[in-house]
Amino acid sequence: MTDTPVLRVRDLHKSFAGIVAANNINVDVADGEVVGIIGANGAGKTVFVNMVTGYLKPTSGLIEFAGREITGIKPRNATGIGVCRSFQISQVFMTMTVLENLLVAVSLAGQDRRSLLLPLHSDERVKECERIMARYNLTEHREKAASTLSQGVRKLLDIAMAVVSKPKLLLLDEPTSGVSSDEKFGLMDLVVDALKEQGTAVLFVEHDMEIVRRYVDRVLAFYQGEIICDAPPDVTLRDPKVIEYVLGESHRPGVDRQAMEVGHA
Amino acid sequence: MIRSVFSDKTILWAFVGFAILSLIGTLLPNWVLNNAMFGLARGLAVLGLLLMWRTGLISFGHALYFGLGAYAVAMLEKFTGTTDIFLRLLAALIVAGGVGFVIGLVLRHYRGIFFAMLSLAFSMVLYGVLVKTEALGSTDGFSVSQTTFLGWRPSSKYPLFLSIIAICLLATIGVQLYLRSALGHLTTSVRDNEIRVEYLGYSVARAVHVKYVISCALAGVAGALIAMALGQVDPDSMVNWTVSGELVFITIMSGPGSVVAPFIGAITFEFLRTFAFEWAPHAWQLIVGGTLLGIIFFLPEGLWSLIRRLWTKKERRRDRYTSSAGARSA
Ligand SMILES: Nc1ncnc2c1ncn2[C@@H]1O[C@H](COP(=O)(O)OP(=O)(O)O)[C@@H](O)[C@H]1O
Ligand SMILES: [Mg+2]
Repeated sequence: MTDTPVLRVRDLHKSFAGIVAANNINVDVADGEVVGIIGANGAGKTVFVNMVTGYLKPTSGLIEFAGREITGIKPRNATGIGVCRSFQISQVFMTMTVLENLLVAVSLAGQDRRSLLLPLHSDERVKECERIMARYNLTEHREKAASTLSQGVRKLLDIAMAVVSKPKLLLLDEPTSGVSSDEKFGLMDLVVDALKEQGTAVLFVEHDMEIVRRYVDRVLAFYQGEIICDAPPDVTLRDPKVIEYVLGESHRPGVDRQAMEVGHA
Repeated sequence: MIRSVFSDKTILWAFVGFAILSLIGTLLPNWVLNNAMFGLARGLAVLGLLLMWRTGLISFGHALYFGLGAYAVAMLEKFTGTTDIFLRLLAALIVAGGVGFVIGLVLRHYRGIFFAMLSLAFSMVLYGVLVKTEALGSTDGFSVSQTTFLGWRPSSKYPLFLSIIAICLLATIGVQLYLRSALGHLTTSVRDNEIRVEYLGYSVARAVHVKYVISCALAGVAGALIAMALGQVDPDSMVNWTVSGELVFITIMSGPGSVVAPFIGAITFEFLRTFAFEWAPHAWQLIVGGTLLGIIFFLPEGLWSLIRRLWTKKERRRDRYTSSAGARSA
């Protein structure tokens, strides 16, 4: 571990026509650290991920990756320097097979741009994809079109595609949403193991507190665009503010805020 | 490299098909030969549109490049007297590719109907300029002298026919190899999910631009070949929006399934139009339009799916007792 954090965020702010989606956000993430992000719907988790990965430009503030400023970077350049992500809704090539999806990812991750003119299905690339498919339990789905996969498998594919370039920092936006509860832990086991092996620092947005407790070193709790707590899971998950503003809602979906506050009172 | 070219079934069949066509060409009467040349040349432009279509984009303005290619041939002759096929094709390639590159800088940021209509608008500008400019032949255009081959002036059209076949074959092989490459697969990737392509580190705008320039160059060469086959260029049959429409029409009729489909589609279209015009001079559009409707309803993947269906049926029959593999549906 070095002294320079892999991610350093200072005073990040984002507003959309009056709505403040991110306010005064400060975070440091060390090499290889696994950080959970929790917060109710609309708390600003996705906006945060989007800003770090260049999908949205912050209104103000600073984002540094390994000591280098990347505020407002283009997504493809973020990927180029080692900041990758997955999406809340899987972003894969729906009409292509699992193997083809991975082949495209692998070929674009390669440093040699001339090799892009070689056949996509080169032996070397297929071999690498076979390794990835074995790693992420995708082998049996190899020839299936992505559109025919279950949510869980598609999420795995999405994540596998995001990590082929061996990023230093990976942001996963709700990797287990839409995944059946018996698949969730298997998925996270696979992903976290694979990333630990690579030494990738991970931030992931998660609603399931059991998953948060099991996998993370630290939890960031978001509320109305601000981080209201940044601490290891046993501290964050016991924090009274977090219990009131975050856990209440996400633990009892469908219960609206007013009813809950009445319940607390 | 050579081995990988001929291990590709599509390329092999294209080779066989074009070879047979070139032999048949020696027997054909002149009007059929002409029609075949028009069809093949148009197929070349459609091949470019197929590349765009696979990327999820339809251009309603490729007559611009078709026309630029044709006019490059005419202007080259007017100013330098050159009638050599290589110089003519080179001029068309440079002009169409160059203009395509510049216009592509704008178009690469647009999608869907905006892309289609903007490309139409650009082509209308050229049409307008040509029609209004006396020095560019105005509505009459120019006549184009017979094509020479390094100084040789053949007495029949067959050498030109053969050259067109050779160019079509080269383009088919080139596009097929391109589509099999990693870059070529970015067609489907961009159509399916631009966000993912960007997050894999590649510029979608650039991917679109490259495909656009290739399609422009192909349309330019197609226009040059038609100018040579027809012996004349004029705005209405080369640059008008109906020409763009025709190319899109043939693209849909052919289907996106294979790089040889454009040639089958374009030749079919050419003969369909000729016969329709012959039988029903006042209702030929009705026949041509009706045919397209029929194809869209019954063969949504285009004429190509008809061929593929016959093909898989044959394979299925062969496989019936050897494996239990079900037929793969489209
Ligand atoms: N592109 C956008 N335009 C306007 N408002 C947005 C945009 N993206 C997000 N927001 C707003 O920002 C807030 C935070 O959203 P988001 O980060 O998606 O929440 P979540 O924590 O559920 O991921 C919400 O109020 C949302 O409506
Ligand atoms: Mg979200």
